Amino acid sequence: MRKKRRNRFRLDLLVCAGTGCVANGSFTIKAELEKEIARQHLASEVQVVTTGCQGFCERGPIVIVQPDGIFYQRVKKEHIPHLVEEHLLKGRPVKDLMYVPSPEAPPVSKMMDIGFFKHQRLIVLRNRGRLDPENIDEYIGFDGYQALEKAFTQMTPTEIIEEIKTSGLRGRGGAGFPTGRKWELCRASPGRVKYIVCNGDEGDPGAFMDRSVLEADPHAVIEGMAIGAKAIGAHQGFIYVRNEYPLAVKRIRIALAQAAAYGLLGEDILGTGFDFTIQVVRGSGAFVCGEETALLASIEGTVGRPRPRPPYPAKQGLWGQPTNINNVETWANVPVIVLRGARWFSSIGTKRSKGTKIFSLVGKINNTGLVEVPMGITLREIVYDIGGGIPGEKEFKAVQTGGPSGGCIPKNLLDLPIDYESLTNAGSMMGSGGMIVMDEETCMVDVARYFLNFTQQESCGLGQTAPNPVLTTLRYFRDEYEAHIKEKRCPALVCKALISYVIDPAACSGCTVCAKKCPSGAITGEPRKVHVIDQSKCTKCGICITVCPDKFRAVKKVSPARTET
Amino acid sequence: MTAQVQRILKKYKHEKSSIIQILQEIQEEYRYLPEHVLNEVSRKLRIPLSTVYSIATFYTAFSLTPRGKHLCTVCMGTACHVRGAPTVLSQIEERLKTKAGSTSADKMFSLETVNCLGACALAPIVVIDGQYYGQTTVDKVNRLIDPYYEKETT
Repeated sequence: MRKKRRNRFRLDLLVCAGTGCVANGSFTIKAELEKEIARQHLASEVQVVTTGCQGFCERGPIVIVQPDGIFYQRVKKEHIPHLVEEHLLKGRPVKDLMYVPSPEAPPVSKMMDIGFFKHQRLIVLRNRGRLDPENIDEYIGFDGYQALEKAFTQMTPTEIIEEIKTSGLRGRGGAGFPTGRKWELCRASPGRVKYIVCNGDEGDPGAFMDRSVLEADPHAVIEGMAIGAKAIGAHQGFIYVRNEYPLAVKRIRIALAQAAAYGLLGEDILGTGFDFTIQVVRGSGAFVCGEETALLASIEGTVGRPRPRPPYPAKQGLWGQPTNINNVETWANVPVIVLRGARWFSSIGTKRSKGTKIFSLVGKINNTGLVEVPMGITLREIVYDIGGGIPGEKEFKAVQTGGPSGGCIPKNLLDLPIDYESLTNAGSMMGSGGMIVMDEETCMVDVARYFLNFTQQESCGLGQTAPNPVLTTLRYFRDEYEAHIKEKRCPALVCKALISYVIDPAACSGCTVCAKKCPSGAITGEPRKVHVIDQSKCTKCGICITVCPDKFRAVKKVSPARTET
Repeated sequence: MTAQVQRILKKYKHEKSSIIQILQEIQEEYRYLPEHVLNEVSRKLRIPLSTVYSIATFYTAFSLTPRGKHLCTVCMGTACHVRGAPTVLSQIEERLKTKAGSTSADKMFSLETVNCLGACALAPIVVIDGQYYGQTTVDKVNRLIDPYYEKETT
């Protein structure tokens, strides 16, 4: 248990092992740290623990030194010997590996002083980065499964449902249906066999909170589902995980086995006579399976096509039996509500949207990552205070929320408080919480086209919300459409058919790099003489602009497209 | 009947509802879904062959044709899109001389796209045989692909 770990070790090194940091080599970092710690004879004082996603994926791999909360970012293998010697042996934190908010600012040593973390409010992600998700004892050490014990031994099903209803919790997967009400409907549905389902198919592209929660704190989801099962009277649960999430599948499987071994799942849970088991089902790559009826079809082993509702799954779901579906984030809220009480939970957020919401802040933003904030926070706070603004001093243009059913919210709505209703009023929706930030170099017509292609290919089952991306971009960015149609011009210089790459004769020094790298042989020119792009050969791949040295920046995009050289 | 298929079917207790999980394991074994195996699965589970095919073609994770030696997946999620995934994809198509959804003529690479890998901080992302490459750009494409060919010749 963690408290024991604290006593035994002077320092804990928490190495983030979410998908983002793993991709950047966090397991190599862990191995190197352990090797170096052993070499410095510190193994009895310092321990290395791998944790779930910290959320600040842009800065990975991340290493946090506890109990002081020193935050190291973009740690590479070659930094390790110095880090171990300076910080762990001599007690001098290494400034070079700390977060620097802007070039002129001093490095920030502590995690909680970094803007990205400071403004967040962690409820669902409370355990992120502080425990080893593959070790149930650590979850228990942080009050894990206390809510399950309370619900199973001190509360009746009606009391549990009442608590969730009073809390004001609404579904975090999209439409925001009141969770307690959903449970009540399923409990009231006649049927001997009922099912509980966790939707981990994370509908929207650009949203990854469900992956992160499953990877960082799988037991919170299991505990929430078990409480829901008790409330509804279900004995069989399913967790449906997106095919692209191998690490999440692995962690949830480990967690399920550990919970079963501790008697927290299976037969006669905690001696209460209540049985509940959970099975993992891996998706097979179909966006539409995030839709609940398609997801159920997929669990049943058929083609995942949505069917019309009603009947709702609460009446007729899996194999025709009453079924309750909530998504990962919703389930992970349940244990905290049961343990800390509905009144505490409902004190956070706005009148109709309670608690917190996790957003994945991605796209053209400095601090890319996963953030949990109280409902009612403004877009401006998310983009600037937490997200650190737009990279390269570019101009903010819009935020896309709600995935393919959502829309683009423009600059003049930056002070919009974020909750279910205000997003819908702005023509978008909450969705599962993807927030894709767009800057002046993003073309809104291209974005609208992207979502149209997406919904076409995925025969999405979104119905009336499918045109939202087009409608909002038309509403807020009509001038961009007109430029495309009337002037054949793409103001953001994105749409391939309307742009050309040209070389500015005044800036070109004839370094020949672009000519050497051009895959289609479209660039000609002598060394130290101005180079020229042959538009008839150019495939507009854009390599020339990326390889042209920064000191020249001679390759430019222009629109409308040129036909001559 | 092949031993692998027998083992997989047994693991799922010949359960009809586990058809998708069964096909996933077969795909992992063979790297695609061979016709004779689908016939076998249909017979053993007593599921019409047409149903097995409709599942195999509906879910994008399944392939009915043999895949290349390596699998290259390009994420086309929204975050990757705004950070330039389309140009990266077309450069990879150019390099491998094949289109997304097919296999290169030399059978070295199968090129696929996915809707979102949920690792948006690394956008644009390319995954080769499970190894994630983040913040890719058009000029990095050759450096990404070439090592796989170099390994072949040495």
